[in-house]
Amino acid sequence: MSGTRTIGPELAREFGLTANEYGTLLGIMARDPSLTELGIFSVMWSEHCSYKSSRVWLRTLPSEAPWVIHGPGENAGVVDIGDGLAAIFKMESHNHPSFIEPYQGAATGVGGILRDVFTMGARPIANLNALRFGSTDNPVTRRIVDGVVRGIGGYGNCVGVPTVGGEINFHPAYDGNPLVNAMTVGVARRDRIFLSAAAGIGNPVVYVGSATGRDGIHGATMASAEFDETAAARRPTVQVGDPFTEKLLIEACLELMATDAIVAIQDMGAAGLTSSSVEMAGRGGVGIELDLDHVPQRETGMTAYEMMLSESQERMLMVLRPDRTELARAVFEKWELDFAVIGHLTDTGRIVVRHQGRVEADIALAPLADAAPLYHRPTAPSPAPEPLGSVPDPVGIEAALIWLIGCPDIASRAWVWDQYDSTVGGQTVRRPGAADAAVVRIPDSRIGLALTTDCTPRYVAADARLGGAQAVAEAWRNLTAVGARPLAITDNLNFGSPEKPEVMGQFADAIAGMGEACRALDFPVVSGNVSLYNETRAPDGTSRSILPTPAIGGLGVLNDAAQAVGLALPSDHDLVLLGRTEGALGQSLWLREILGREAGSPPPLDLVAERRTGDFVRGRILAGTVAACHDLSDGGLLVAVAEMAMAGSMGVRLDVPQSGVSPQAYWFGEDQGRYLLAVADGAAMVEAARRAGIEGRVLGRSGGDGLTLPSGATISLARLNQAHGAFFPALMAD
Amino acid sequence: MKAGIVVFPGTNRERDMAIALAGSTGRRPVLLWHRETELPELDLVVLPGGFSHGDYLRSGAMAAHAPIMAAIRGFAAAGGHVLGVCNGFQILTEAQLLPGALLRNAGMRFLSHDCTLRVERGDTAFTRHWRPGDLFRAPLAHGDGNYIADAGTLDRLEGEGLVAFRYADGSPNGSARGIAGVLSPNLRICGLMPHPEDLVDPLMGGIDGRPLFDGLAELFAA
Repeated sequence: MSGTRTIGPELAREFGLTANEYGTLLGIMARDPSLTELGIFSVMWSEHCSYKSSRVWLRTLPSEAPWVIHGPGENAGVVDIGDGLAAIFKMESHNHPSFIEPYQGAATGVGGILRDVFTMGARPIANLNALRFGSTDNPVTRRIVDGVVRGIGGYGNCVGVPTVGGEINFHPAYDGNPLVNAMTVGVARRDRIFLSAAAGIGNPVVYVGSATGRDGIHGATMASAEFDETAAARRPTVQVGDPFTEKLLIEACLELMATDAIVAIQDMGAAGLTSSSVEMAGRGGVGIELDLDHVPQRETGMTAYEMMLSESQERMLMVLRPDRTELARAVFEKWELDFAVIGHLTDTGRIVVRHQGRVEADIALAPLADAAPLYHRPTAPSPAPEPLGSVPDPVGIEAALIWLIGCPDIASRAWVWDQYDSTVGGQTVRRPGAADAAVVRIPDSRIGLALTTDCTPRYVAADARLGGAQAVAEAWRNLTAVGARPLAITDNLNFGSPEKPEVMGQFADAIAGMGEACRALDFPVVSGNVSLYNETRAPDGTSRSILPTPAIGGLGVLNDAAQAVGLALPSDHDLVLLGRTEGALGQSLWLREILGREAGSPPPLDLVAERRTGDFVRGRILAGTVAACHDLSDGGLLVAVAEMAMAGSMGVRLDVPQSGVSPQAYWFGEDQGRYLLAVADGAAMVEAARRAGIEGRVLGRSGGDGLTLPSGATISLARLNQAHGAFFPALMAD
Repeated sequence: MKAGIVVFPGTNRERDMAIALAGSTGRRPVLLWHRETELPELDLVVLPGGFSHGDYLRSGAMAAHAPIMAAIRGFAAAGGHVLGVCNGFQILTEAQLLPGALLRNAGMRFLSHDCTLRVERGDTAFTRHWRPGDLFRAPLAHGDGNYIADAGTLDRLEGEGLVAFRYADGSPNGSARGIAGVLSPNLRICGLMPHPEDLVDPLMGGIDGRPLFDGLAELFAA
């Protein structure tokens, strides 16, 4: 960056600050800022770090429950899971870097979210990821899928944290702006949680991990801007990951955390040394003084501006007890990591940055945080979706099923999962695809954690309030379907430009819907991340937003992991459908895939019935009367039946559908709040459900090696598997 | 049985291995840091899976020169039993304690799925709870599992019965002659790519891997 440029409103705009924001800065500083100071303000006030457009809405989300230990505001959310243990988890986006450089973008996304979790004292025990790619017809999509999958695997496999779940959608709205949302879950003793608030005037500020280079400078600002055709030229702002160093950092931090040396700790994520030092000191209400001469550097001649703005990966900032500094140094030297005392805490309430004897920055911390921009951006309603109208069935049930189970949004993800190490740790009870939620046991305990990520962006696009609520409800449902008690969620809110009123309208409505579902289901938000400006600009200058995608990461607990059920259909069991079926085809996959239409309202959500049905299902699973369970989602009832049959390599004979609903609506409608259960005695289950006020019916019985429709037609498991398995290998064939 | 598990920077399956060994022996194995130069009194040394030194040179190449490897060579030369799994197998070949090498998977992608292994002989410390021809399931998780050696070495391995395990359902990673695990001439050093240690608990999907650890535990029960 140009050290010789004139510092003023023009450079501030290049750094992403508006004229008003620059005016506020001048008011705080009461003088012209230095280049380093301008850099610090611009990243701290970027959308990515300040949440300036989203904060007013995020505040409305419920974040409390008796089991919540730390909600939003820390590096990750923390919930009590029993036995004196806490689960620590968060999901975070790495969307823009993953378009520019898919492998490194995805890899460093995994690395960043891992650090958010182990910085709180947790050993990471599982990774998940929610991915959205562009059209399968777009030749770029293939390259991005390949890089993202390799990047997630390359990082997660090396650090030795199993990748156990996630989701993948394809839609043209993500052309040029894929979404890579990575989630990490860790476990710590609940009395050994580490926080970021600095304390103890005079205490040393210590830098550990990799040396600092020039990579990623202004990454947070890039993540807060729209993309255009020159995006590739921003490749230098993408960071490069080193999972080996991350692995060492995990082990070294956890080893030091077993002592009493650490007062406060935070990873250097977006905006690197700037955000970590500013936030740690700010949260602790103290001042901080840094001497950059002591920062480990891997390039020569770095300026203060570059060091403060670098987003080099695998770095942490700690405040230590002064009498434990040498103990800490020995731990990091054992793990062959850089360790440097780069400053100390002060009572000035200011951040002072020195380099080569000069003061390069001197900023009062309180106004930097308190005067951060906060926008009540205008909102506007989105146009209502095209009416559903008449929905003829041009292909029939059998052909539609075969098509749907092979379509990009439902087809087998085995090609992807087979590149992720899902068993390292030896605690993976349900691997990817084996159940509605992944289940991982806590080492040396019986407790199991159930984990899922969910969002149906086409619902959110059609009705953001309903779609936001549905994403939360589906996560709750997926955790319930394995028998877990849903505890809390992390949210990753991916939207277009907040400067477009209709995008802000989607954002506000989606949050309203999420909040309704969270409250109805006692399922608070404990951590999250907002990614705005997910737009691509066509060469003709028009800007297009992604589908609104509030991805939900859900966490639930099983007191005994052995009680978890999967979705594999066993032989000689009744298949029971619970929940009400009205045949909702609006925004269904059947409508999109068979009729080529994205129309109608998404299926309605009854949160009271949702809770009643889910609580009943969970109760039956924990009572041991359910052999397999699967919630109904994309593709509806018949797709869910086929998925259970394929997972269990077991056929099933289905009875006639209920009257009053057309066959295509019955078999492929996406009515919410429904589950399929494999049970020994279907009639007894239906009767128990009826007594609980839940609709249910025996749908059929398992056996044989095919799916037999009420018409008598049988689709062999081999044909189902062939149709289900073909998509990814064909897309990614050399 | 007294077992020690070596931890290199980047090792990541030492916990899995410790759980499997403790499950069969009833006692926790000791963890050995790569900078150690002497071994405690042990019946078995295990080199577990992971990405030692990031595998940034060749897989296992840096670890093969770690200070502890000299002690392990001495332990092996004195007839000690050594098991290397995945990265541990790669380290044993790089250290030339086992013949051959592990190249990038034939498909050039990381592979993570269950495979079926066939036991080639049942009279070694590592296979004594199986019979020749027995099939068992094991998760594999590696990018560099493509076993290769020159034809003469492969012929010798087969001729002398030093192939411990073979992929029974085709070689997923391109390994020569479907070889998944090999033995030293004295049958006391064994390396294999898949992870029997990750399938020792019905809750995790099966106990197919347990005979390996039960057999070792019984051999060294004392």
